[in-house]
Amino acid sequence: MTAVDVPAVCGDRERVIGWLQEYGVYVGVAALLVFNIAFTPHFLSVENFRTQAVQVTPVLILSLGMALVIATGGIDLSVGSVMALAAAMISLYLGYGPVAAILVALVAGAAAGAVNGALVAFAGVQAIVATLAMMIGGRGLSLVLLPQLDGIRNAGIRELGAGDLLGVPYLVWVSAALIAVVAFVVRRTVFGRRLVAIGGNRRASELSGLPVRRTLLAVYMLCGLFAAVAGVLATARLQASDPNSIGQLIELSAITAVVVGGTPLQGGRMRVAGTVAGAVLMQLLVSTLIKHDLPPSWTQIAQTAVIIAAVYVARERGRR
Amino acid sequence: MTAAAAQDGAGAVGPILRTRGLTKRFPGVLALDGVDFDLSPGEVHALVGENGAGKSTLIKVLTGVHAPDSGEVRYRGAPVRFETPLRAQQAGISTIYQEVNLIPLLSVARNLFLGREPRRLGLIDFGRMHRDAARILHDYGVEVDVTRPLDRLSMGARQMVALARAVVADARVVIMDEPTSSLEPREVETLFSVIGGLRERGITVVYVSHRLDELYRICDRVTVLRDGRVVHTGAMAGLERLRLISLMLGREMAQVERQGATTFGGAHEQRAAEPVLVAEGLDAHRRLHGVSLAIHPGEVLGLGGLLGSGRTETARAIAGALPLRSGRVAVAGVPLRRRSAAAAIRAGISMLPEDRKGEGIVPELSVRENIALAAMPRLARFGLVSERRIDRVVEVFVERLRIKCAGTRQKVAELSGGNQQKVLLARWLALNPKVLLLDEPTRGIDVGAKAEVQRLVDELAAEGLGVMLISSDLEELIEGADRVVVLKDGAVVGELSGGEVSEGALMQAIARAGRAGAGGDAGADREVEP
Amino acid sequence: MERTGTAAPREAASEPGGPGGRRPFRGIGSGGAPAGGSATDFVQRHGALVVLVAVLAGAALAFDGFLGVGNLNHIAVGAAFPAIIALGMTFVIITGGIDLSVGTVFGLAGVLAAWASQYGSLAALALPLSVCALIGMLNGVLIARARLAPFIVTLATMLGAWGLMLAVSDEGTETYVIPDGLALTPLVQDRFLGIGYPVFAVLALFAAGGILLRRTGWGQQVYAVGGNEDAAALMGVPVARTKIAAYTLSGLLAGLAGALNAVWLGSGVTIFGIGIELDAISAVVIGGTLLVGGYGFVSGSLVGVLLLESIQHIINAISGLTSAYQQVVSGAFLIAVVLAQNYLSRRKRPG
Repeated sequence: MTAVDVPAVCGDRERVIGWLQEYGVYVGVAALLVFNIAFTPHFLSVENFRTQAVQVTPVLILSLGMALVIATGGIDLSVGSVMALAAAMISLYLGYGPVAAILVALVAGAAAGAVNGALVAFAGVQAIVATLAMMIGGRGLSLVLLPQLDGIRNAGIRELGAGDLLGVPYLVWVSAALIAVVAFVVRRTVFGRRLVAIGGNRRASELSGLPVRRTLLAVYMLCGLFAAVAGVLATARLQASDPNSIGQLIELSAITAVVVGGTPLQGGRMRVAGTVAGAVLMQLLVSTLIKHDLPPSWTQIAQTAVIIAAVYVARERGRR
Repeated sequence: MTAAAAQDGAGAVGPILRTRGLTKRFPGVLALDGVDFDLSPGEVHALVGENGAGKSTLIKVLTGVHAPDSGEVRYRGAPVRFETPLRAQQAGISTIYQEVNLIPLLSVARNLFLGREPRRLGLIDFGRMHRDAARILHDYGVEVDVTRPLDRLSMGARQMVALARAVVADARVVIMDEPTSSLEPREVETLFSVIGGLRERGITVVYVSHRLDELYRICDRVTVLRDGRVVHTGAMAGLERLRLISLMLGREMAQVERQGATTFGGAHEQRAAEPVLVAEGLDAHRRLHGVSLAIHPGEVLGLGGLLGSGRTETARAIAGALPLRSGRVAVAGVPLRRRSAAAAIRAGISMLPEDRKGEGIVPELSVRENIALAAMPRLARFGLVSERRIDRVVEVFVERLRIKCAGTRQKVAELSGGNQQKVLLARWLALNPKVLLLDEPTRGIDVGAKAEVQRLVDELAAEGLGVMLISSDLEELIEGADRVVVLKDGAVVGELSGGEVSEGALMQAIARAGRAGAGGDAGADREVEP
Repeated sequence: MERTGTAAPREAASEPGGPGGRRPFRGIGSGGAPAGGSATDFVQRHGALVVLVAVLAGAALAFDGFLGVGNLNHIAVGAAFPAIIALGMTFVIITGGIDLSVGTVFGLAGVLAAWASQYGSLAALALPLSVCALIGMLNGVLIARARLAPFIVTLATMLGAWGLMLAVSDEGTETYVIPDGLALTPLVQDRFLGIGYPVFAVLALFAAGGILLRRTGWGQQVYAVGGNEDAAALMGVPVARTKIAAYTLSGLLAGLAGALNAVWLGSGVTIFGIGIELDAISAVVIGGTLLVGGYGFVSGSLVGVLLLESIQHIINAISGLTSAYQQVVSGAFLIAVVLAQNYLSRRKRPG
């Protein structure tokens, strides 16, 4: 690195990167908005914004839970599979009514999160490994429970997916509520302070008497719960349970949203607004590519580039 | 000078390494300010100075970690500028760090030969490698099965392997950074004889240490750094101890004599006869064997003993951070039922851990959050944080401990070591503890902060807190403690109180307890033969 | 498929794919690994082998003809392609990293090989191998030079490789078929003594891998990087180059496995390939390699793959359970092994 030789330039570079970390995500969102307003027909319409807001919902909700986990220095690769698990549960328990089915789905998500959390917090398994196993095993389990796509004809679930309140879709209400909850938890509660401290220095947190394991367990459970919420909402919007393809590779988008939003992968920091903007950014990116008729292969390659760029920028300060 | 030294490239008398006007600036700090530094072949050269004096920066510039802003380094007569530590090493300048830089899971022999393994038919010849490794390490007093992984060795033996590796790699200059800080006394002896051997072979040793006794024993010359400048270079012999201290501290000699080396006041009055903390029969697998002690309110209890005697373990056991096989801890007569850090904290025990970076600060969080970390439940209601209460507590402690920061929302990682330590003290004091366990509270912090911390310990004791002090700085321990419990091999072997508390008495108490090596600690420690 | 047979040939046939496969590496290993002796070390080094033998023995008792040449060949050939991936993964994990991209790289290689097979056998190997090696190298450069976390980089290139595969296969709609009479086909599909050629290829690759890891300077560097990266750098190990080479090797081997698999199947199926990386990681970990890096051996990974494959066959033999069950078992198995490893290493180093 040339950083040592040329302090002035290094200072500038650092400032640029620090600034990018802090505000880059908003710049990205703004740039994509400007681009779309200029070049995408019918972009500036209520209908389009509604669509975008609805489409971003699953990734947004996942990334909120993911941000909590990442702030503790962990990772959860299983969120997509937990979505599938929730979808399978909806289909299986719809006979008991939509509310019961949703509750079962949420409990299943929290339980999957609890398994992850227990492995990470109590058994000392690396988060990547524990959640990778859950990613594969959870998907397998959902497929065992519900081998193929199952259409949902329940009115309540359909209403949740397609209806609105005061002109705003239920899905958007739910994600707004969850954003508020997470922001409150992180800023105002002891739990929120603890999870960031644990990510910053776990041993110091232990010696300071923080209930590290309990906190970690709760964080992974929350992440699983959020994933289940995302699964329920995605199922409601799709009006079908599809454990095979729901949430496939979505963990990547969620992780990217978090990292783009300025929460470093090594933990110790948590940005809620940035995470939301990160999810919006990923959504806009994908929809822009699709609207300009680029094939899915391009979308994925572009996403790959964004992820790597985001992690690269995020790493710079983390190292200091 | 020996014959080997005379053959050296730089010629018979010329220095092997010489710097002129070396300057290195970091944001806000002039770390090195025109440093002239010479090393002769085959000498043992002490490099001393307080923290922040520029020792480590100088070493890092010499070994290619940092590039100097200006000035020149000449090595064996030619100007050099090493881009990486590896380049410096290849040229013959090796550094042995405190934390030994070897690969723990790799075998001893592989560590020794990594990168220059003997080959046969292009493949590594393990038979020869193991034979050679055993032979080489024999000269360093390390008699081990060289096929065993390195992490089965004691720290001292590992350091010897690192040293042997440097010499095998044809090092001309070996820089040793606090080499004895983790060694047993007999290991120190081995190290010294090995250093003697290096000197015979014309290898230059730069010896960085705070232990003055050692410097006088083995060093030929000394360079004293202060505030990035060389304030003295000369022969070690004939340099008065007090003068050396005053050179390092930058205080007048008379002042040192008058004030002593620490800022502790006299003995404290014990207010109550009832101890605030009683620990009985603490027993941890292979580390503690039935340690019992008591701390009274208003008393500073010192824990004496050598490294590995169980001082840190005792503190950690009391604070619930070390699993115990048996033993009881009671605070103010109430026994602790659950053994966890959280339970100990609730009972009123606070422990300042030894490893400030690893176990103390949360670097990414602010000064404020760091102070409030442990006390968070008390500064909250129904799980909700009260910013006002936090601010109140933080303000009090920032002021009382004179924590220097650009506002309480500054990241703690940006503070100096001394101020970080004060932040940690504030974290523990914010809990309103009854007992404060301090594990090396002044290690690695600057002189000013050290004095302030020592004064604070005095004040706290005077206020009626029970304090336990662990320090490898003997003066600090002797002057700071009212009573010293002496540990050895995880057991209490003596107690000094009142007028008995002196360096001599402490040494004797340690020595009285039998020969070194008695007692059942880790077998790995026996790898090094005296 | 031969379903019956006498006992003696069965035992003999178990050698090449089973315990016999370990031979080239045994006896070299008193070096870097914790030397044998204590029970925990033994379990760490040979636990997987013991379990494999027990599983095979149990299966032989429970199912007629399980140890027949045909069935064993079936298992061995089935294990061959994952084994090649696991070999590369072993090197990556010993450096302290992880490679999640191998699954889709495997799929990409299959499509590329099938597409290129119209230009001959050489192209059918050269194209996927070079593309996959490049992807591996990209992983390595991003991880070693840009110092990004291995899991996120390889997760991203997992997506990238998938995108590339879609781009090559006309968004997944086109399935390329290996033309009849490709010179490579018999080399992959034929058998010698009833055992498929891929099995021998795998044995040769593992022998080479073992020598590379244990007896060359580069192998020592791989261990050193995984054991303590900073120290390794100070000891003159070219850390970045070592890591890049490990990831390149992993990409290359995943590509080889994909290409061979395509030739074996006769077409480049655009399967998703997700889950293969988990199998590979599981196999490596089951084989005694530590996930934190710095310790491990390739022979263990081979045993691990065989163990997983045998279990899958047993699951299939019990009933026509779907592959979804296999995923559940796979995930559970990985966790069980990691838990056992944690337990063992905790016992080995108390405190």
